[in-house]
Amino acid sequence: MATPREIAVAAEQRDIRNRWLLSSPALIIIFLAAIGPLFVVLLYSFMLKGDYGDVKPWQFSSDGWFGVFLQRDIFDDTLTIADAHISIFWRSVKLSLVTTLVTLFLGFPTAYFIATRPPQRRDIWLFLVTIPFWTNILIRTFAMQEVIRNEGIVNSVMIWIGLISAPVQIMFTDWAILFGMAYVYLPLMVLPLYASMEKIDFRLVEAGYDLYATRLQVLWRIIIPLVKPGIIAGSILVFIPSLGAYVTPRVLGGGKNMMLGNLIELQFGQGRNWPLGAALSITLMIIVTFALLVYVRNASKSGGSHG
Amino acid sequence: MARTFSVRTQPGFTFIAMFCFFLLYLPIVTLVVYAFNSGQSVAIWEGFSFRWFESAWHNRAVQEASLRSIFLAAFAATLSTLVATMAALATTRTAPYPGLTFKYAFINQPLMVPEIVTAVALLIVFSRIKVWTGYSGIAYLLAAHTAFCIPFAYLPIRARLENMDLTLERAAADLYATPWNAFKRVTLPLLWPGIIAGFMLAFVISLDDVVITEFVKSGGQETLPTYMLGQLRRVVTPEINAIATVFLLISVAFVTTFFIINRRKP
Repeated sequence: MATPREIAVAAEQRDIRNRWLLSSPALIIIFLAAIGPLFVVLLYSFMLKGDYGDVKPWQFSSDGWFGVFLQRDIFDDTLTIADAHISIFWRSVKLSLVTTLVTLFLGFPTAYFIATRPPQRRDIWLFLVTIPFWTNILIRTFAMQEVIRNEGIVNSVMIWIGLISAPVQIMFTDWAILFGMAYVYLPLMVLPLYASMEKIDFRLVEAGYDLYATRLQVLWRIIIPLVKPGIIAGSILVFIPSLGAYVTPRVLGGGKNMMLGNLIELQFGQGRNWPLGAALSITLMIIVTFALLVYVRNASKSGGSHG
Repeated sequence: MARTFSVRTQPGFTFIAMFCFFLLYLPIVTLVVYAFNSGQSVAIWEGFSFRWFESAWHNRAVQEASLRSIFLAAFAATLSTLVATMAALATTRTAPYPGLTFKYAFINQPLMVPEIVTAVALLIVFSRIKVWTGYSGIAYLLAAHTAFCIPFAYLPIRARLENMDLTLERAAADLYATPWNAFKRVTLPLLWPGIIAGFMLAFVISLDDVVITEFVKSGGQETLPTYMLGQLRRVVTPEINAIATVFLLISVAFVTTFFIINRRKP
């Protein structure tokens, strides 16, 4: 005879089992076409490269990982630092950081502006930020290309007002990548900033002014600390896709100004060095995971103190 | 000497905000304007015409790529919304149970990994399967798109479910509705806006994808974005602008609908 307690436990276990069944199709699809393949990348990074791309199956080698920062001399097998890779890593990190700073500088006042509109107006301004966000990244990159090219509107206007006499070459430089990424990722900064600014209690700001704070002091000592979670979230949301950017540097940077994403692609295309490409991918993923961990730690900390 | 003092304003912020909105829309507007250029150039305005829309409409490659994009997005959005709805029902409105956090992490995982890494991973695995099976059809793209659409479909459905309490379903059960009937007559109608929002989000995400498609596609499987990426390497004519403009309109229509649906709270 089952006691009522046993029946309840059995019902709960049945419920949990049903919940696993119900979620299994989603989990299986994600495992097969997203998570599982990542383990294969890890495996491939430790294999010997094939002569025409791909790898030599089950022949293990650490060449892929050595290749991330080192290169082997073709004549005497000595290892030297791979300057080309270092400079691409450095460009990726540098451009991603600057992109984050630029979008923060532009996005902070914008989010603040939206958050201080009357409530019924905010949705419209927010919508104006959302539209570019949902526009295809390739289209936005292409639109940026038309603006900054030699015959584009930026150069035309600068010539027209007499700032310069001949077009300045922006396309295919690091500047083009920076402009493109800042443009493409700006909404990713504005939206989380807005979400935390919306919650600002302006009585605190008023109290600040009552205590003779200047506007700058109010901004620095009250508003910025209050929206710190938004600043961190926005920065992470911009930094991570910038680091892995592929389309923007490919279109605006041309072949010479590669970023990590393009370096990875190169190994699977002309480079024909899949283990190196796999090792580079894992490296990129480690950096991204590290950035996410910093974010999660900060978010839980500030979530605790601000409620 | 009464000067109004607003506690909310910060000097220069409105100016930067306006500049920001100007920056956001200048490239898009330029792109759309030159789609109507009658000349060959995307930089010199020669007069108004629809010729590039016509030429894009009659372009065989564009037609095929568009149809493939729409088919892919429709399939991926439908399947991902279906499995995401099931997953959302299984992960909300419950006391924490073993594996719940794991499921959240698993479902949201495609959002955490850089697209290029997923793309490379799929390239490796699918190229192996292509060699083994000899099949190189569209199923690879369908699988890849469905997988990365799931977290996007899941988000609004889960949000909607979390705002619905179990009272109505319990009432239905008290009135002797079978679980299936209670789901069909009570839960599903209430959940519907979330499902539609999830579907539309997934549809746009699939339609927009460049990187993963570029790595997974076999020969002759161009979607509209990968076709455009290929064209950008050549001399561009306003035909690209015309395609981009139509693409833009479709995205805007979807986002507007999504926005309207999501504003109605349960």
